[in-house]
Amino acid sequence: MPNVVFSQDNLYTCSEVGLTEIRENIKEHNLNRVIVASCSPRTHEPLFRSACQEAGLNPYLFEMVNIRDQCSWVHMKENEKATLKAKDLIRMGVEKATLLEPLEKIKVEVTPSAVVIGGGIAGMTAALNLANQDFETNIIEKESELGGLVNKLNKIYPTNEDTSQLLSIIDVIENHKNLKIFKSATLEKVDGFIGNYNISINQDNNITEIKVGTIIVATGAVPLPPDGYYNYNGKNIISQLELEQILKEDKVAAKSIAMIQCVGCRNEERKYCSNICCMSALKNATLIKEKDPDCNVTILFRDIQTLGTRYENYYRRARELGIIFMKYVPDKPPLIKDDYIEVYNEFMNQDIGLPYDLIVLSTPLIANEDSETIAKMLKVPLEENHFFLEAHVKLRPVDFATDGIFVCGSAHWPADIAESVSQANAAASRASTILSKDMLEVEGSTAEVDDNLCVGCEVCITLCPYNAISKDEETDLAVVNKVVCKGCGVCGASCPENAIIIHHFTKNQILSEIITYGGEV
Amino acid sequence: MVFEPKILGFLCNWCSYAGADLAGVSRIQYPTNIRVIRVMCSGRVDPAFVVEAFIHGIDGVLVLGCHLGDCHYISGNYEAEIKMKMLSKMLGLVGLSERLRLDWVSAAEGNIFAQFVSEFTEHIRTLGPSPLKDKKKKDDLIDNLNAINNALCDQRLRALVARQRIITTEGNVYEELVNTEKFEVLLDDALEKEFTRHKILEKIKVKGKSVPEIAKEIEVEPHIVLRHIVTLRARGLVDVDEINEEIPTFISIGK
Repeated sequence: MPNVVFSQDNLYTCSEVGLTEIRENIKEHNLNRVIVASCSPRTHEPLFRSACQEAGLNPYLFEMVNIRDQCSWVHMKENEKATLKAKDLIRMGVEKATLLEPLEKIKVEVTPSAVVIGGGIAGMTAALNLANQDFETNIIEKESELGGLVNKLNKIYPTNEDTSQLLSIIDVIENHKNLKIFKSATLEKVDGFIGNYNISINQDNNITEIKVGTIIVATGAVPLPPDGYYNYNGKNIISQLELEQILKEDKVAAKSIAMIQCVGCRNEERKYCSNICCMSALKNATLIKEKDPDCNVTILFRDIQTLGTRYENYYRRARELGIIFMKYVPDKPPLIKDDYIEVYNEFMNQDIGLPYDLIVLSTPLIANEDSETIAKMLKVPLEENHFFLEAHVKLRPVDFATDGIFVCGSAHWPADIAESVSQANAAASRASTILSKDMLEVEGSTAEVDDNLCVGCEVCITLCPYNAISKDEETDLAVVNKVVCKGCGVCGASCPENAIIIHHFTKNQILSEIITYGGEV
Repeated sequence: MVFEPKILGFLCNWCSYAGADLAGVSRIQYPTNIRVIRVMCSGRVDPAFVVEAFIHGIDGVLVLGCHLGDCHYISGNYEAEIKMKMLSKMLGLVGLSERLRLDWVSAAEGNIFAQFVSEFTEHIRTLGPSPLKDKKKKDDLIDNLNAINNALCDQRLRALVARQRIITTEGNVYEELVNTEKFEVLLDDALEKEFTRHKILEKIKVKGKSVPEIAKEIEVEPHIVLRHIVTLRARGLVDVDEINEEIPTFISIGK
């Protein structure tokens, strides 16, 4: 291949060994372009770019070709064709690389404060973590009180502690010198970029504007209303959340209790497992049984999920206490009769009658209604069930793809308290890696106006979604504010005079890829 | 031999490329025909890139962006939609519009990405190879595609398309609001005229030709050709080459 002077096959190019080889070979062969053909630039480009930089090569002279997600993993049974495709992609990448130009990252100042959207257990934990590191932190809570869903719970698993113990941090938070709390407030508007976000908060139609360096999304989730499922009536057929309230008031009078799991989830409409319902039901059943050993508690389940050592022990103990576990199949769900439940038992291949005076339905946590509005304001994605979608499930689990915005708790996926707290601390520490810096480097691949071609028609100014382009008063030509510019390239694709260069995705670079694949005319 | 279409995909970094990554991680299988060019936003895809792809023998081009309203860059995909709709009309003039598809894939839709690629590959397979592969049609088609390419790189269409959203939602410089239907009529007219003008320029690139000669070559009435020549001359793109027996020939002079 023209211009290629060295190539090497590695098992793990992203390992320290692989990165060292890149650094050493840049020096040994005096390389001025590096191409890695492996996985996705969305996850690994920054790593390889820094390896290049460490060897003295401008990081923008690196190009990545994704032959894993676009070849080996998606064409598993077509080896020959997939190899041809990989060759094409590599040729395209090499051609583009020859045209890459060195670019410099731009330095911006960081506002050392944060905003946490949501004041539930995740939001409070994240905010407190940042505040304790001396970063000014704001909490936006839509309800009139902090605490979120935990406020409605009785005790928490696996320790059976009272929620009041957990909620005692509310006092600490409300009196913390670095924390500002906006209650009964919603997010009104967001603009800016990493290190410099401008947030408008709406509190009873009073708008407060704050400037922050990072944003943490901790908006939580809500339990699916049980209406319409299993003759729910709110009296003797209630939800698990309503049972929490009865337990709180210590008013459980029933002697035969049946709990039904997976109500309204793991079905066509909601394919996911809500993660918390098995343990919630086990906990409430245990509390009832401990208090009144004569009460019959049956849990009707599809599959019981009690992960790890502690939760599995909790499950064993529940069995020892005499809680009955009965499996039902989704094709033949339990039928609620006047004073008994008819459950089809697969092993006995017959229906069993189960008397009850209380039925408790375990419904899943579902995404908050306002998640869509918030996602749009922040320009971050939601997954199919409208939970927030992280940048990478394993490598960047609390980051969004957008720099400076993080997620934790049930906003991301139904999480129990332990998980919410660990995610919140993770998000806070990710945020503090930004807040602790005075200056940040932002992407150097931006737009640039060629003064010789620009005629000052202002088309680009109207198109730019970030108001990054303005007219120079002296020259009457367009100029790009490189800090604000995000390098989307819309202006370049529209400029009537072809006067805008989109660095790192220039016309010539893209054309070289097209021509390499298509072939000469 | 079975026809294996050459498909080119322009994928935006934040949604559709991420969707393709998810298809990979989820091991969702799809045909091998597509080669991907990553851009930051579907709004970066200059219509001229697509035309260049067809000139270079690509059989089908798939442009995938974030869902409308979900663009990482707020409105880039709306601009992509405007550009690709215009481009599709332009390609319709040379019978290639079926070979371009614009669609939306979110970062969570690995399955949808795979489905779109499979469907589009099959669609192009059914259409058959690009007409460029037909030796009889090739030269004419290349001329026409070059004409389209130049028209799309030229100031008039770019300025019109770039202002479409403003003109149809906020009004033009005279504060007249032009509704979408009216705009479409204007755009259609501009597309056709610019295509013809650049077709003329293609034909007189090397050698000066008279109006009747050009008219015959591009199959357009001579008086229309003459009118376009006048416009092109006013733009400084055409000049008189020589005058033979009182009949002038014209030649492209470029910018």
